Amino acid sequence: MNLLEKLDAAAAARKAQLPTGLSAFGIPIEEIYSPTEARIGDRHILLLGTNNYLGLSFAPECREAAHEAIDKEGTGTTGSRMANGNYSGHRALEIEFADFYQCRSCIVFTTGYQANLGTISGLIGAGDVALIDGDSHASIYDGCILSGADIIRFRHNDMVDLEKRLRRLGDRSRNTLIIVEGIYSMLGDQASLAEIVNLKNAYNSTLLLDEAHSLGVLGETGQGLVEKTGLINEVDFITGTFSKSLCGVGGYCVSNHPQLDQLRYVSHPYIFTASPSPATIAATRAALRLLRNGSKLREQLWRNARQLYSHLKMLGYQVGPEPGPVVAVILDNPQQALALWNGLLENGIYVNLILPPAAPEGKSLVRCSVNAAHTFEQIEHVCRTFTMLHSSLAR
Amino acid sequence: MVEIKQEDILHLLCERLASFANAELEITPETNLITQLAIDSIKLLNLIMELEDNFDISIPLNALADVLTVRDLANLIYRIKAVPK
Ligand SMILES: Cc1ncc(COP(=O)(O)O)c(C=O)c1O
Repeated sequence: MNLLEKLDAAAAARKAQLPTGLSAFGIPIEEIYSPTEARIGDRHILLLGTNNYLGLSFAPECREAAHEAIDKEGTGTTGSRMANGNYSGHRALEIEFADFYQCRSCIVFTTGYQANLGTISGLIGAGDVALIDGDSHASIYDGCILSGADIIRFRHNDMVDLEKRLRRLGDRSRNTLIIVEGIYSMLGDQASLAEIVNLKNAYNSTLLLDEAHSLGVLGETGQGLVEKTGLINEVDFITGTFSKSLCGVGGYCVSNHPQLDQLRYVSHPYIFTASPSPATIAATRAALRLLRNGSKLREQLWRNARQLYSHLKMLGYQVGPEPGPVVAVILDNPQQALALWNGLLENGIYVNLILPPAAPEGKSLVRCSVNAAHTFEQIEHVCRTFTMLHSSLAR
Repeated sequence: MVEIKQEDILHLLCERLASFANAELEITPETNLITQLAIDSIKLLNLIMELEDNFDISIPLNALADVLTVRDLANLIYRIKAVPK
């Protein structure tokens, strides 16, 4: 098979898996009205599948900051942070992030994906070990592959399994980077951070926590799982993204280790890419201020999350292990998931459809994400729709 | 520690992998894991965790790059097993 024939074969396998489900991916959003509403085709749709956790995508403070930055600094930086693309705004945002976490330093990356790629591949290399949760995001897997380190998975959030794998590593556990996520993007559950910290200390390993889905969502000021658990000084490196609760594009790594700065000189995903645009940086700085002072938004977010989670559980749907902004309905096969996804869309509700192999354990997911901008009435409408579909769809 | 022979590993693997194949396919050391058994990436990753526990070893995912057949996998496990911890 030549290169193009291999792609044809993969496309055929994809179509065979779910002939009618193809339109579920990359569905075009024609117009976006607010953090919770959009037009898809000719229909007005309630958005229940974004990562806009605090509902800040139209915040006037962020829009004004972005407009002003474009007028003052132009649309793009046209270069790397290590060359002509290092503006005062990038440095300022790094200082603000370090201050937010009360950490020594911060590096800003162009995307959250690159934050994981750049941090992981900068920290470990051939001969070292990446010990990662089995449900890790692709950016974590790809960062590990780029690093050349030995990659070992442990069973999702299973502490007995993590310890077993650390023990097997023997002396190599000292050169091991354990990687976990604050809130897991698939099932919405949280890492058992206290136990993970105990294990990483017992085995002299290093710990990286990706707070992509927990930034702005957990903790009094929104730092994430580190704040909720009070363990910020026990985690070696924290990565995260601007693309979810901050409604921008970009990523970061913060740490108290002074060695973090060295990554700027070795990490290709940091060096060989253009820096975030001035508008992105300005909007993100404004959003970070709103996030830090966003305890009201977090309260609303969690009210919405609990309302939806408890309703779905009550209906008898299999849901993730704990309530959170990501509320995943777990289905045994892709056809069931597609039927539910379709049913929701026909009733004007957009959620995410996740099929194997992207979903864990060969299951399929209909993944809802709630945000702080959803009103009680909107969530109630969603609950009513699930109730109706529950009785009409053979499960 | 009891020495485990390469043949024993092969035998165990063939037995374990039977669940991935349809009944007609006989699993031999030369069976290709991906093209003949149609083990998708997630199933393979989960199988590796299971084998790690079975043999009490660490099998780095990056070492799988060279593994095509059942025999390749058995050889990899044997090599890892042979290195003193
Ligand atoms: C856990 C996790 N890490 C990292 C990323 C990458 O973030 P970004 O969208 O900024 O590239 C994501 C986003 O999908 C994610 O879910």
